[in-house]
Amino acid sequence: MISKISISRFNVYQVGSLVIALAFIAGVILMVGGSPLAVVTSMGAGAFGTTDQFARVVATLAPLLLCASGLLFTFTAGLYNLGIEGQIVLGGIAAMIPIRLFQEILPAPLVIAMAITAGALGGMLWGLLAGILKVYGRIDEIFAGVGLNFMADGLALYLIFGPWKKPGVASMSGTEQFSEAIWLPTFGKTEASPVALVIALSLLLLTFIVLRGTYFGLKLKAVGHSLRASYILGIPALSQLLSAFALCGAFAGIAGSLQVLAVFHRLIPSISSNLGYLALLIAMLSGSQAWLLLPIAFFFSALNIGSLQLPLSLDLESSLSGVIQGTLVLFALLGRGFSELNKSDLNKTVNH
Amino acid sequence: MDTSQIISILSVAIATSTPLVFATLGETITERAGVINLSAEGTILLSAMVGFAVAKTTEGLGTVPSLLLGFGAAALTGAAIALIVAFGALTLMQSQVSIGFVLTLLGADLSSFLGNPFVRIPGPTVPSFKVPVLQDIPVFGPLLFQSDLLVYISFLLILLTWLFFYCTRPGLMLRAIGEQPAAAFVRGTNVVFMRYFYTLLGGALVGIAGAAFSLDFKAGWSHRHTAGYGWIALAIVIFGGWNPLRVALSCYLFGILQSLASVAQSTIPNVPTQVITVAPFVMMILFLVLTSSEWLEKLLKLLPPRIGWAIAQSIHSKPPAALGRVFQQD
Repeated sequence: MISKISISRFNVYQVGSLVIALAFIAGVILMVGGSPLAVVTSMGAGAFGTTDQFARVVATLAPLLLCASGLLFTFTAGLYNLGIEGQIVLGGIAAMIPIRLFQEILPAPLVIAMAITAGALGGMLWGLLAGILKVYGRIDEIFAGVGLNFMADGLALYLIFGPWKKPGVASMSGTEQFSEAIWLPTFGKTEASPVALVIALSLLLLTFIVLRGTYFGLKLKAVGHSLRASYILGIPALSQLLSAFALCGAFAGIAGSLQVLAVFHRLIPSISSNLGYLALLIAMLSGSQAWLLLPIAFFFSALNIGSLQLPLSLDLESSLSGVIQGTLVLFALLGRGFSELNKSDLNKTVNH
Repeated sequence: MDTSQIISILSVAIATSTPLVFATLGETITERAGVINLSAEGTILLSAMVGFAVAKTTEGLGTVPSLLLGFGAAALTGAAIALIVAFGALTLMQSQVSIGFVLTLLGADLSSFLGNPFVRIPGPTVPSFKVPVLQDIPVFGPLLFQSDLLVYISFLLILLTWLFFYCTRPGLMLRAIGEQPAAAFVRGTNVVFMRYFYTLLGGALVGIAGAAFSLDFKAGWSHRHTAGYGWIALAIVIFGGWNPLRVALSCYLFGILQSLASVAQSTIPNVPTQVITVAPFVMMILFLVLTSSEWLEKLLKLLPPRIGWAIAQSIHSKPPAALGRVFQQD
């Protein structure tokens, strides 16, 4: 009975926060003289209007799912892995190494497999660095992560303008495209790659299983819940924290390698395109529930692609997608706070 | 390179660090009260846009009134974002980091979305003003007193914040609610209310930092114009050990790194510009890593004890004990 009451209260606050969030978004659109209704239609058409556009939604979904799945490990361990952007970049850089070395020597499927593995290792290395700074260097993982993001950007820029520069003139458009044989196969002539999607979905499933049903997942939860308590219980907390960083980094690194192999076919300066930060929002909104990642990531991906249409159709900035995503997550967090606050008030009155 | 060149490089470094001084002092005040406002990156971007937009649309009133309105609007923007952080963290007891991070992204995207009409257009800027008499002091005159009012206000702010922290009773209470909130509460301080107050005050200063970029040092606004500065401000607060003087000096250190980077650009042409622009950010973070880790302490143990201890004292810093912790009054 009591649990029923608290569930319905929870829903009231969730629905309430959603309504306020939507009102806020509508207000922002009205402020620049736009029409919220026209925005909805335009974004819907932008995301689902043609096969090409829908394929781009699916193409963006894969890296988002990978990063959000990885982030569930760090969130479960009580860590804010803001370094995920840099981990994606390192994945992209590392994937380029076997491609540059072997693209003309080895068979394409082997090179692709090596590139994805290298990406995972590169991301893992960057994730572990943040973890080592946190565990042994006493640097908050937030700042270690942001710092490593700057370094990863610097490294990518250095490679693009230095050793890996395009024959002729180096530019912000990135390195030279590699041979078409190494491109990941896509559905028809679209950007969506079945390989990327399969990898993302299977790693999502793996995340779900590991966090739900393994001893490792349980230990991570214990560490995330209370570092001290888990230490007393004899769980090697430090190695749990490091493995969470390593796993998340590897997932992000795979996402980076897929961006290189399937989308850009070269290294570009902003290979992560803010997808890591967006994945942080997705993981937050899911409340660390793995099964919720897929629908949320799909919706956010549709917002991203749908908004690209806005400058052309309605003369509005495409950053509206970010405004919508941020507002939804902000009000969801506040709504969660309200429901918890009132639940504890309820408990108090019951107790007295 | 002669003395006058060095002085001119340093004076530019000091002047261009001004927005960071406002932002870091604001964040220092907030964090000293025990609250982390992680939204600095988004706050600076949004308030830079709002400050410029307000000053631009009220340009008809004259330069000074429009600038005042611009800075006021930017401060209000910063305080409004800080209010969300404070409400979520102090009243709803949600994670300060989560809310701050969401606001970082939201602020950045809102600034791009709402600020589109104001991209790369000329607008009012803070006029330069050389302080009479003081500007003629050798070395210090050209170094400190030949820029504009905003820069002088930032000098005053550093001094006032330091005096407030260490020489006044309210300053003592501010430090108490960040270190020992329970003790401060027992002594009759309304901890939650004071934390609200200092979070808003700090947020307003971070907002002013945004306007300092768009109405002074970057003279205008464009998409993601101040990207990176919010994060660097948060790092500088740690690097400066939550002490206003050291925090301000760290800002100048960052300014000098940036000046050196632009000098390096002309002297070593084979390193690409894009790499040099990120270099100061990377170096600042590396400094932070070096100084806050245990590794440096181990290194210092190898030095003669007295020297090692002196260095350790000057770089050692500890966060406020209750930083980021929830405090329940009842």
